[in-house]
Amino acid sequence: MTAQDALALLPEAALLAAAVGGLLVGLWTPQRAQRRVAWIAVAGCLVSAAAAAAVLGDPVRTVFSGTWTVDATTGVVRLAVAAATAAVVVLLRTELAGHPRETEAYVLTLLVALGADALAATTDALLLVAAYLLASVPAYTLTAFRKDARGTEAALKYYLLSALVGVVLLVGAAALVLGTGRTGYAAVSASLPAAAPAVAALAALGLLAAVLFKAGAVPVHFWVPDAVDGASPAVAALISTVPKIGAVAAAFRLVAGPFAETPAGLALGVALVAAASMTLGNLAAFWQTSLQRLLAYSTISQVGYLLMIVTVAGTVELAAPALRLYIAAYAVTNIGAFAAVAAVPRRTTLVGWAAGVTGRPWLLVSLVVCLLGLVGTPPTAVFLGKLGAFTTAADGGYAWLVVLAAVNSVASLFYYLRWVAPAFRVVTSTRPRRGTVPRPAVVVLHTAAATSLLLGITAGLLGASA
Amino acid sequence: MLLTVLVLLPALAGLVLVAARVPDRAASWAWVATSSVVVGLVAWLWWGFDPGGGFQYDVKLRWIPTVDASYHVGVDGLSLPLLALTAVLFWCCAVWSLRGTPRPRSHAALFLLLQTTCLGTFAALDLILFFLFFDLSIVAMYFVIAGWGHGDRRRSALTFFLYTFLGSLALLLGFIGLFLGSEPRTFDIVRLVEDPPWAGQSGTATWVLLALVVGLAVKTPLVPFHTWLPPAHTDAPAEGSAVLAGVLLKLGTFGFVRIAMPTLPDAWQRWGTWIVVIGVVSVLWGALVALAQDDLKRMIAYTSVNHMGYVLLGLGAVGVLARDGADGSGPAAAAGVAATGAVVQMVSHGLLTGALFLVAGMLWTRGGTYAFARWGGLARALPGFAVLFAVAAFGSLGLPGLSGFVAEFQIFAGSLAAVPVAVVVAVVGILLTAGLFLRALQRLLTGDLRVPDGVDTGGLGAVTTVERVAVVPLLALSVAVGLLPWVLVDVVGPAADGLVALVAR
Repeated sequence: MTAQDALALLPEAALLAAAVGGLLVGLWTPQRAQRRVAWIAVAGCLVSAAAAAAVLGDPVRTVFSGTWTVDATTGVVRLAVAAATAAVVVLLRTELAGHPRETEAYVLTLLVALGADALAATTDALLLVAAYLLASVPAYTLTAFRKDARGTEAALKYYLLSALVGVVLLVGAAALVLGTGRTGYAAVSASLPAAAPAVAALAALGLLAAVLFKAGAVPVHFWVPDAVDGASPAVAALISTVPKIGAVAAAFRLVAGPFAETPAGLALGVALVAAASMTLGNLAAFWQTSLQRLLAYSTISQVGYLLMIVTVAGTVELAAPALRLYIAAYAVTNIGAFAAVAAVPRRTTLVGWAAGVTGRPWLLVSLVVCLLGLVGTPPTAVFLGKLGAFTTAADGGYAWLVVLAAVNSVASLFYYLRWVAPAFRVVTSTRPRRGTVPRPAVVVLHTAAATSLLLGITAGLLGASA
Repeated sequence: MLLTVLVLLPALAGLVLVAARVPDRAASWAWVATSSVVVGLVAWLWWGFDPGGGFQYDVKLRWIPTVDASYHVGVDGLSLPLLALTAVLFWCCAVWSLRGTPRPRSHAALFLLLQTTCLGTFAALDLILFFLFFDLSIVAMYFVIAGWGHGDRRRSALTFFLYTFLGSLALLLGFIGLFLGSEPRTFDIVRLVEDPPWAGQSGTATWVLLALVVGLAVKTPLVPFHTWLPPAHTDAPAEGSAVLAGVLLKLGTFGFVRIAMPTLPDAWQRWGTWIVVIGVVSVLWGALVALAQDDLKRMIAYTSVNHMGYVLLGLGAVGVLARDGADGSGPAAAAGVAATGAVVQMVSHGLLTGALFLVAGMLWTRGGTYAFARWGGLARALPGFAVLFAVAAFGSLGLPGLSGFVAEFQIFAGSLAAVPVAVVVAVVGILLTAGLFLRALQRLLTGDLRVPDGVDTGGLGAVTTVERVAVVPLLALSVAVGLLPWVLVDVVGPAADGLVALVAR
């Protein structure tokens, strides 16, 4: 380990420093002044983002004996994670102002972010296990943070399923060691083809099951609706965005690296998972009345589109840039959608939300931008993400998957419109506005919508320079 | 630069209207002012346009270099008339809306956004840019129908959105297909036309063409993808229907001439006969179903299916002629005539159907219904309405002296040699259209005065100045094209010949 290696982890170090520093400061801060911990957390995210952006264009390098890779994918995940986490902290601040455990929430959020970064950057099976735990354990706590019945139940489900999958992950890592004697991806990909096919299959199954679980893909998605619906909007935004993008990046590395050649049929398996995720997520979302549950299923289907790119990882040249673009786009848009939920507090249903936006047309405009963004309408960022996903999957020979994804996109429009239509009706009526809305959540919503449009228009140029 | 200003000006004006909270009345006038400027810009564009000069006013800026998508816009003889149509029709709708509409500011802003999407689609020379504007037009139209329509507007708006969005995603798949077949890979229409993708791989080209045709057919709409159209038209406000039928349908047919035909010439030749069949089926189906309607607006909506069928008949015949001429004799001059007719038909239909929908809106304002059974004898009670409706109806049924005749005559004359049976069948469609318009005229204008319950027969009111100013330019232009067709044909003709040459490769 050299100083150079440590410096490469500066974005993660910033998050960790903010978490530890925030915890210490929080201990010595009176209840009413805990806002300063939120500032520390946001500052940590910004430093992390700045440090990540500074090395974004640099050549690929691996540090700590090849266990940690800093490339463009890591860089984009770091940026997206930092931005999303900052937004979550802002949302949390509104929810938790004056809460006795306010500091803990910020610290746990930062730790989840750290875990997501690690998931995305790791190129070693053992580090993957550690990252998995780091991205999971704080999230259980946050899910049950309100200590209400639904949150507790959701956290319990989340925890039990996660623990089960964690064991599968360990089995997979053990199989990898058994088959090749190594855990680093580079070494594994060289020697895995020589290992027994069953062992290779077991290893792939175990590692991928874990990252797909974190990503919330079918068939290991059962925790998503409960956890997202049971948690507060800010926490829901966190667990449906931050670990997810880290996990998808991890899946991409696994499919492009150690499992590129063996086991046979892996790509087809991922394609089937993608198809199942987008389809089942959409079908389940159709008739939901709870906003967060609807968004939970929407994130499952989004993961399906993201996995289209993972399917062709390593075989199509444009796959990595397409993945980076979609990850960034998804993070921005999904945060925006949850900020819309948070912007109209205590309204948890579609109809309730509509009633809450009377006289506030701009909230609806930003919501429309975010939801049409999730559908993939140009010029939002997710359109470019989907375009990349469709193009790379078709290029890799998965035309059927692309057709299915297109049909699913149309279907998803239906349930997003179920949210927009009643609100549009209310906004266009001339009823006066009622009550107040939390300003920070509104700011996050508008920022996300604007960023989505801006990214959609300029991402191509950014991608060229990065 | 001029073209970029033209395309983006309406959307920017709309944004300013909303952001600056302009007062309602001022917003309506600001909309009229903006659309006047757009008409002026198009006139300037037309003035400086050289019909034989290919793409002009073109601008190409880097946008997504990794897949060679760029901000590339330009005008040729195929798109210029449609840009002009868009400018004029939106101007008429702006004037029409001076009559007063709920929430005028957001109404004006949405229509201005819609205008940008339409102008942008016609000007786009890049597939992604084309798709961007194409898709946004659906979004804007959805909110127009859902917010300002009548009847079961939410359901109609939802049907419209879902159905046309399905079409646009099929189109996107087709675009991705074109991209993957190009070498080097590009989304640039000009480069795709220069070096057609999937040349020599007829199987894949057929699939790509199928995706494009389905996507564009939904928007056009062609039988059997037309079922979204009648409810959307019936429940949209008059100015919304006028724009939907007058301009948005053209985005579909324009896609055929701009993208599908020149980028997949082989496939277009091979499937030309089937395109003709789809066209003829749309002609007959649209006319027959229109004949069965007892609601004026639904009837006009179905005649759109009929009129767009002629366009496809002409374009399909181009493919057939190009295929038959592949033995070295070259496509007959007839192909150029058919292609010209198809483009003229787009413009003509936009003018006449736009006028028809606005005229139908007069009935809604006065009685809240479009049902034939509820109105009668309006020739005496509302003479202004009778004149405008009669002129628009005669134009739409193809009376010589109006633009519809010029267009349909060229389509038939050009297609006759290639697909004689289809042309004969399509002429039956003309007879049906004539019959249904004459019947509509008879029901609404003649006989004893009949008005919906609760409407004071004396209080129908004359056609107002605003209404007249909104409708008359459309009819005047239609007459102008009918009497002086060379004004339009001189611009369209060279570009249409160029298109034929591309298809005949």
